[in-house]
Amino acid sequence: MSSEATGKPSRNFPFLILPTLVWYVLFLVIPLSFIFVFSFLHKGDFGRIEYVFDISNYSRVFEYLYFKMVMRSVFLAFFTTATCFVLAFPLAYVMARSPKSLKNALLGLVIVPFWTNFVIRVYALKLVIGDSGIINKTLMGLGIIAEPIAMTHNLVGVGIGMIYNYLPFMILPLYVTLEKFDFTLLDAAYDLGANRFHTLIKILLPLSLSGVVTGCIFVFIPAFGEFVIPDLLGGSQSMYVGNLITEAFLKNHDWPFGSALSSILVLMSMIAFLFTSSGAMLRGQKAGGH
Amino acid sequence: MWKAFRERPTFYIYALFLLGFLYIPLIALSVVSFQGGPTFFHWYEKAFSDPQLIHALNNSVLIGIGSTTIATTLGTMAALALRKMNFKGMAFVDSILNLPLVLPEIVMGLSMLVWFAFVNITLGLVSVTLAHATFCSPYVILMISARLQGIDPLLEEAAADLGATPWTTFWRILFPLILPAVVSSALLAFTLSFDDFLITFFTGGVDSDTLPVRIYSMMRFGIKPEMNAISAAVLFFTLATVLVISRLKQDDSN
Repeated sequence: MSSEATGKPSRNFPFLILPTLVWYVLFLVIPLSFIFVFSFLHKGDFGRIEYVFDISNYSRVFEYLYFKMVMRSVFLAFFTTATCFVLAFPLAYVMARSPKSLKNALLGLVIVPFWTNFVIRVYALKLVIGDSGIINKTLMGLGIIAEPIAMTHNLVGVGIGMIYNYLPFMILPLYVTLEKFDFTLLDAAYDLGANRFHTLIKILLPLSLSGVVTGCIFVFIPAFGEFVIPDLLGGSQSMYVGNLITEAFLKNHDWPFGSALSSILVLMSMIAFLFTSSGAMLRGQKAGGH
Repeated sequence: MWKAFRERPTFYIYALFLLGFLYIPLIALSVVSFQGGPTFFHWYEKAFSDPQLIHALNNSVLIGIGSTTIATTLGTMAALALRKMNFKGMAFVDSILNLPLVLPEIVMGLSMLVWFAFVNITLGLVSVTLAHATFCSPYVILMISARLQGIDPLLEEAAADLGATPWTTFWRILFPLILPAVVSSALLAFTLSFDDFLITFFTGGVDSDTLPVRIYSMMRFGIKPEMNAISAAVLFFTLATVLVISRLKQDDSN
């Protein structure tokens, strides 16, 4: 393990990258290639895979039944992303403008739910909004309602659960960007006669675009593949792409179809991330141009 | 603090509401976990004597220790290698290393499941540990790289000028300097592993349920008071880890 072999005065340990690279190739690159290859193979009887080229796994996504689920997932992911953004932006803004001690306290408060296990968070949420949860018990105890308000086992539950779970993933990237924002720009805009709305649309949002995009991707991609929240808080009929993929692999042993859906998901996130990094680069260039 | 509040009262009231939304369930869980039993810790005692939950906790800890060890070792080595590396294929290497951060978790879990089935690795503690080590290591790389960037290269050059071998320089100069980052990244890796649900769900076997997976399957059959206790216990554990990590970071920057 002597690095004297490199013979250079600066301590470089290039060979140390090898174990990690080998590990990643073994446990990420090869498995992903498998999924990609499987997505073009034919499903035989009893879940056996026949090594025949078959594009139908992809075209099946457009069959009415499946396409409906895909669209439902797209809608849910959009709804979650948009709501989280609208809710999170004012909080991130006020965090960024707070004095240092308050800023750190607020950041700490946001980080704890971010790190808390999400199954446990969903469970805790159910304790509050479930049929015999705190809200319903309180309202019934006060005699305001006779029957519990159904907030779980339906779309309301899925919506609340998604927002609850993904909100911290939106707050943090927004905060990180806004924290570096030069707020005197806002005063300058006001001095020049811009109203609050214009300042928000023309100055604050465009200049914090990289954080907005990052936050939206952090929420959209996992929200699109989400299946646990609909499973635990939604009704029996709430099937989404995540459920479809899971069932294809675990229940129906239809690996080719599951692989095709997974490949689509990977492609989507790759595009999204290319988009963010180019967006961040654009912003970096802008900042450098000043 | 009052000054800040008076400047933007609406925003702070709003912040309070939103944080309330995030915290009420967590507080409710903590409160409920102590309620309804003959003694204060009744449900905790019950939860920690439930053989299935103990088994799941055991699995979580074993997998956590195993994957943290692998991820911290791999990640530290990679961060050291990446520090001064600069060659043509760098962007490619970088994109492979960042793959786990970009991939949807469900796909990562499923692709490993398919791969393990293909090479005949039995789904169980080992397969979960391998999977966890994979998704934890990029976080280690990021944290240690950040720390390495702040280290003055002159320190090492000085050591070399004074006749130290690269090996001695590493252990006497560089390693002590990155040690806080190694410790916090190990803690982070352990938390990530301990918290993971999706990847464990896919790469785990019959007998390798971790706590989150166990709680998930129990939850599908309704709510039991022991579940409140064990969930609250995990919550407290996470809280403690976050506090320790942030304290380490503070010491580090001072």
